[in-house]
Amino acid sequence: MQKFTVVDGLVMPMDRPNVDTDAIVPKQYLKSIKRSGFGPILFDDWRYLDPGEADMVTAHRRPNPEFILNFPRYAGAEILIARENFGCGSSREHAVWALDDYGFRAVIAPSFGDIFYNNSFKNGFLPIRLPAEDVDVFFRECEPQEGYRLVVDLAEQTVTTPRGQAMRFEIDPFRKHCLLNGLDDIELTLQHADTIREYEGRRRKQAPWLFRG
Amino acid sequence: MAGKTLYDKVWDAHVVREEDDGTALLYIDRHFIHEVTSAQAFEGLKLAGRQPWRTQAILGVPDHNVPTTDRSGGIVDPVSRLQVDTLDKNCAEHGIVEFKMNDPRQGIVHVVGPEQGATLPGMTVVCGDSHTSTHGAFGALAFGIGTSEVEHVLATQCLVQKKSKNMRVTVKGVAGAGIEAKDIVLAIIGEIGTAGGTGYTIEFAGEAIRNLSMEGRMTVCNMAIEAGARAGMIGVDDTTIDYVMGRPFAPAPTDRNAARDAWLLLHSDADAHFDKEVVLDAAAIRPQVTWGTSPEMVAVINDVVPNPACESDPVKAAGMEKALAYMDIPAETPVSDICIDKVFIGSCTNSRIEDLRAAAAVIKGRQVADTIKLAMVVPGSGLVKRQAEQEGLDKIFRAAGFEWREPGCSMCLAMNADRLEPGERCASTSNRNFEGRQGQGGRTHLVSPAMAAAAALAGHFVDAREY
Ligand code: SF4
Repeated sequence: MQKFTVVDGLVMPMDRPNVDTDAIVPKQYLKSIKRSGFGPILFDDWRYLDPGEADMVTAHRRPNPEFILNFPRYAGAEILIARENFGCGSSREHAVWALDDYGFRAVIAPSFGDIFYNNSFKNGFLPIRLPAEDVDVFFRECEPQEGYRLVVDLAEQTVTTPRGQAMRFEIDPFRKHCLLNGLDDIELTLQHADTIREYEGRRRKQAPWLFRG
Repeated sequence: MAGKTLYDKVWDAHVVREEDDGTALLYIDRHFIHEVTSAQAFEGLKLAGRQPWRTQAILGVPDHNVPTTDRSGGIVDPVSRLQVDTLDKNCAEHGIVEFKMNDPRQGIVHVVGPEQGATLPGMTVVCGDSHTSTHGAFGALAFGIGTSEVEHVLATQCLVQKKSKNMRVTVKGVAGAGIEAKDIVLAIIGEIGTAGGTGYTIEFAGEAIRNLSMEGRMTVCNMAIEAGARAGMIGVDDTTIDYVMGRPFAPAPTDRNAARDAWLLLHSDADAHFDKEVVLDAAAIRPQVTWGTSPEMVAVINDVVPNPACESDPVKAAGMEKALAYMDIPAETPVSDICIDKVFIGSCTNSRIEDLRAAAAVIKGRQVADTIKLAMVVPGSGLVKRQAEQEGLDKIFRAAGFEWREPGCSMCLAMNADRLEPGERCASTSNRNFEGRQGQGGRTHLVSPAMAAAAALAGHFVDAREY
């Protein structure tokens, strides 16, 4: 997994609550059996004027000039700021794969869909929860200021504005550790294989019906 | 010491080990897989040279991509076909039990699991699908996971988890005649909002919940995720145990007494602490219809669609405006003036036998309105379909002008050929009314099966209780 330490990135605002995973990656693309290549269809329904199909030849499609991702000033954005309940809805990890593949490294919002939040960490992509007032500061400053950037420092757990205002965010120590070091958590879990086997042995006696075919 | 909640009990029984910060390794008893979120997980497993930990814990079934029309020729769309073939191949390679597309037991994973007794009280249940919360109706801890977590469970039979907070939603009193589980859960979401349950496991309690059948309880827990909660749970009682016992994956006869004794402990202790409590009065719940693009945007049938101008929170008001524009509904439109083009009765929320009975009861002897382009019933599983046919429900639907289809997710998310065209409006018994959910540009109104049936007859929303 890719590491996450410090990202100093261009900010793109997504000013609506409840941006769901269906909006991030529409269902027709879930037919893919790959993990990669989802960047070009990120926010597909909003981003293109013509409907998208599963075989993904995006080069010939017509971008919607009114959708924020297509504004030239946000080209190369790495940090997304969003409103409440970002990534709600389905469990599709494709949503994170698409944001990551497009080039985003972090998303900042007051709250997230739980599954999206979990999925993010598995991909070296950082979801940051900050109070709505703090996120609002970014929205207000970003709009009039072209080239607005934020610095995310995971070790320090801070997001810093161009004027030097630092907002501190919370994150589980374990997740932070994995992300900072790019650790594969399956490998970490398998270090406890014996403990898992012991647990299984105990449960098999207590509740044998749980282990029926 | 305070007592334990139901969630605490099931959680504690599955902790394999715990870090100092409370991060736990949680053992998973049952792992359901379907074609959309498992392929990349199996690929990851293979690339790392790992084997599945315990294949008997897994049950596979294709549901999202399968056609609901005649299947004898297989799947026409090559991309969908490859995905379903990949599931078949992965299951065959590892000796995983799978109900393939043409198996009579095939259906939507959240209908099939409980129907087979593969979901049991007290289990931890996961699936790469957010509506795994459905299985919490059995006093199981059930939640959706992403593909990386699917791979983690395949490889280790465990998940790395942090415990969530406890919320209890009590629906007290008795719901009025004709009020269905769907109305109850939509009313709950309308009350707490789509992010109201974020970070919590919700336990649904109270007389109105107790009075529900297992089908109704599954409908309620199914939509816990639409309230932001990864898991919803309901305590075990005789209704639960009677439903489970005797099903193919249920305890062997020799284990039944022990299982029953263990299961009857699966409820919150009287002195358990909840971090948040919400109480609703069942008698006040009316038939619900969503008007917007988030399940919290819900109104009652004899009311009007709200006006964003009356909303004090500017972010919320802007969201409402966007939703009304997308749905093409002026503010303050009476809900019963909303005319529809299509009707979909199905999905893991409302495609079980009881749902089909409720819809058929409304429809019997009547006709779908001329203005309806398509009205379809998609049973949740092959076994539900067969049961319904034995009861003659298919004839009632067909005579009224409904199409009677093969089981699967179908127009709940429109990954197969069943979808809305741009601008079309649908009365749907599914769980999500997001933009484009049922087809790009399509407009979805979430309702109960009886309300969908009544709307099909009238061509617009009406109070199903008057039918
Ligand atoms: S019926 Fe709909 S919500 Fe349920 S599993 Fe299928 S796609 Fe998901």
